[in-house]
Amino acid sequence: LQFEESFVEKKDDLTKLQKDGSLLFQQLPMVEIDGMKMVQTRAIANYIATKYNLYGKDLKERALIDMYVEGLFDLNELLMPYDYKPADQKEQHFATMMDKAANRYFPAFEKVLKDHGQDFLVGNQLSRADVQLLEVILMAEEFQPDILAKFPLLQRFKARISNIPTIKKFLQPGSQRKPRIREEDVPKVIKIFY
Amino acid sequence: MSGKPRLTYLNGRGRMEPIRWLLAAAGVEFEEVFLETKEQYDKLIKDGLLLFQQVPLVEIDGMKMVQTRAILSYIAGKYNLYGKDLKERALIDMYVEGISDLMQMILMFPFSPPDAKDKNLDSIKERATNRYFPVFEKVLKQHGQDFLVGNKFSWADVQLIEAILAVEEKIPAVLSGFPQLQAFKTKMSNMPTIKKFLQPGSPRKPPPDAHYVETVLKVFKK
Repeated sequence: LQFEESFVEKKDDLTKLQKDGSLLFQQLPMVEIDGMKMVQTRAIANYIATKYNLYGKDLKERALIDMYVEGLFDLNELLMPYDYKPADQKEQHFATMMDKAANRYFPAFEKVLKDHGQDFLVGNQLSRADVQLLEVILMAEEFQPDILAKFPLLQRFKARISNIPTIKKFLQPGSQRKPRIREEDVPKVIKIFY
Repeated sequence: MSGKPRLTYLNGRGRMEPIRWLLAAAGVEFEEVFLETKEQYDKLIKDGLLLFQQVPLVEIDGMKMVQTRAILSYIAGKYNLYGKDLKERALIDMYVEGISDLMQMILMFPFSPPDAKDKNLDSIKERATNRYFPVFEKVLKQHGQDFLVGNKFSWADVQLIEAILAVEEKIPAVLSGFPQLQAFKTKMSNMPTIKKFLQPGSPRKPPPDAHYVETVLKVFKK
């Protein structure tokens, strides 16, 4: 799916959006889609996943996808703030997040793949859970390149999902995928929101 | 197996309370197992019952479900509390997520260090009064209907009444600037399933106290 982007670069950009009533709870992300101004990451992701058939075929598959996706959101919540932590907290945070990745989350998904032997996490079909797992694997590898050393099925999963044409295109230079924030840009982001 | 959903958590609100609310609002009876010791919790993990080693755990329809939102979505979907189409779902999801952000502050409050408690209480009051309640006041005013979405009782209504009552416990006059929410609170509280849940002897749990905080720290100690 193609999409446009509007970037907030300074506090005034955010304030303007808040003042003109575009942000239901004064927060970003905001996605304008199908006549709605949607906010709240999960609400937006749920809508897109359902609309484009990436949310399983029935309520029970949705339940599994939701469980997996929520676990991955939790891991993402650990990885995402690392670059914004003050220098003296970075080491401890790094240890915690890599411990959770390697001992809580990745083992759970390795086991799911092992137990059913299928290519995708749920219902033998690509779903948002697969997309999110790949995203989180790639994020974790940016911090620790060998994080998947003990997880052979996740290694194969990563290769397989990365080769899906739409995803392969997104992983190439020039796509809308964003890089990890550079250290010198962190103060700018903090200034926008605080 | 009775066929009723079985909830495993501590004997207190925490992250399980929204699930209790939603099941009760849907008129679904459920059983509860209360964690009181670290040993019980460790056993659940060792027995492989917790996908990510965490509670809440809800055993329902043959599944061992974890992750609060996943459980709530399933219940809402199953009992027709999730709107009639994708766009109503989107509204319900947005509202529920916003309320959940406010409830997160209330959830964490009992664990604040003593010198941060006043500041955190002020934050809850500020967010409720300036960010969240105005949104729902406006939604109700604009469409003039009894329920938040689609003129029909949904998960969003249950979540909002839970949040209103939880904030009022801390800040009794919090609804004073919100006449629509006051009317909403009265209407929701009088719906038969919710009225029953609000009566003594229901599965509803009391506000967290020092004993609850102590139990949490004990059970989840590393």
